[in-house]
Amino acid sequence: MYRRIEWIYAWLLLMPALILLFAFTHYPAVTTFWASFFSTPRGRRQAEFVGLENYITLIEDETFWQVLLNNTWFALITIPVSISLALIMALWVDGKLRGRSFIRMAYFAPTVLPLIAVANIWMFFYTPGFGLIDQVRGLFGFGEVNWLGDPELALGSVIVVAIWKEAGFFMIFYLAALQSIPPSLREAAAIEGASRWTYFRRIVFPLLMPTTLFVSVNAVINSFRLVDHIFVMTNGGPNNASSLLLFYIYETAFQYWETAYASTLTVVLLLLLSLLAIGQFYFVDRKVHYR
Amino acid sequence: MKPGFDLDRLLNTLGAWALGLLWFLPVIYALWTAIHPGEFATRFELFAPLTTENFVNAWNAAPFARYFLNTVTLVTFILIGQFVLCTLAAYAFARFSFPGHNLLFTLVLLQLLVMPDILIVENYATMRVLGLVDTIVAIGLPYIASGFGIFLLRQTFKTVPKELEDAARVEGAGPLGILWKVYVPLAKPTYLAYGLVSVSHHWNNFLWPLIITNSVETRPVTVGLSIFASVDQGVDWSLITAATLMTSGPLLIAFLLFQRQFVQSFMRAGIK
Repeated sequence: MYRRIEWIYAWLLLMPALILLFAFTHYPAVTTFWASFFSTPRGRRQAEFVGLENYITLIEDETFWQVLLNNTWFALITIPVSISLALIMALWVDGKLRGRSFIRMAYFAPTVLPLIAVANIWMFFYTPGFGLIDQVRGLFGFGEVNWLGDPELALGSVIVVAIWKEAGFFMIFYLAALQSIPPSLREAAAIEGASRWTYFRRIVFPLLMPTTLFVSVNAVINSFRLVDHIFVMTNGGPNNASSLLLFYIYETAFQYWETAYASTLTVVLLLLLSLLAIGQFYFVDRKVHYR
Repeated sequence: MKPGFDLDRLLNTLGAWALGLLWFLPVIYALWTAIHPGEFATRFELFAPLTTENFVNAWNAAPFARYFLNTVTLVTFILIGQFVLCTLAAYAFARFSFPGHNLLFTLVLLQLLVMPDILIVENYATMRVLGLVDTIVAIGLPYIASGFGIFLLRQTFKTVPKELEDAARVEGAGPLGILWKVYVPLAKPTYLAYGLVSVSHHWNNFLWPLIITNSVETRPVTVGLSIFASVDQGVDWSLITAATLMTSGPLLIAFLLFQRQFVQSFMRAGIK
């Protein structure tokens, strides 16, 4: 009898959170799949079942493949670079250093600034001719470069901003992990005559492994989610050269109002995320297990 | 350890400073442009005249006061909602045994992967059915039941010794009384950490508010700024940087004042 009351109590406690969670996460995830098999409702015309038609459009859509390729590059570059930078930053800030608190703040500041706002500042850095980057290049006798207008360079320019935004955030997690390593290990290594590099490679780096995995899961998710700066800097252009999947979903749904096709694109995004998550989970091999 | 000169250390210090300055450059640049007249936006002279005009002009050029009010309302609404709902759910997961415990908890954790940020199309449709399009409630609602918050608080609640709960029960406290008198006070550092993470996240959020709002009365500062900057596109950099600093200002100042707490809360929130 007591158990039954405890069950009911627990369910009542969970109810409000679960209702909202299902309404805005699980339910839309399922209806996205459903909607991808229907046409976009227009005016008085209802959505009709069209089978795999949206998926055929998807396969024939050159923009989609371009955006997918962009996003792959975006992920392949931002994830390793921002994680390595984060680790280097954390090692620096954790060590003895003059002006440590200023440097830590400088690294971390991009995390608290709105991406949409700092994108404006970066816009200016990239301005051809009199932007800061071209001014510095001018000192060395280089000419003007249209960073955001050149299809070859636009994606790279967008990637730089994403790395700048993320590295300091990931640094924090490494810093927390570094500070939990007992100092006696360093002393023991020093007594054994191990160099600083050996100490890092053989002791610190393996101990940071769970953090690296946690950070990389976050980095993967972010590589599909960080699109705010694209709105300000390139609007996906020129010619979709800097468009990412989520940005393309936004364009399709809220500028062209092709909601059914946008759902199809979202299905791709969801599948990608789950595949990566499953992959990482097996890769992790339950090393980071939640109690 | 050798006394005196240490090349390795010197190089590390130089590297750390170089990267630090590079990282801070956008903020320094924005400050420079915002407090000097427009003609110095691209000319860097040490004794250029100072001015506050850019801030005044930017403030008057768009309804920023209203945008700020909207953002503060939004962030407060989300924070209170998250605290209440996540506390209740985390308590159930931490201290109750009931059928479906593991399945439901997995479903909660799933939200760490599939965030509402990604499900914009269907969530917009839901808001239309609910008649909530272009309201502040609609901006915040999808984020209130936060998987991250539930997980974080559950981990904290699990570290609370059972003896404290038993002591409170002996004194006649019911489950909610125990939650309020024992668990919540002991989890204060977690609430602070989660609160800072949540406020900075939702202050900065852009895509969903952009989609779901379409009037001055509901737009948060991030969306307001993007509209402001695109209207003046490339014309007046001083004005745009002043507006940019204004919108991130409160967070930046809070961050500078509470730097230690900020960094520590993010660290605490990250330890899993």
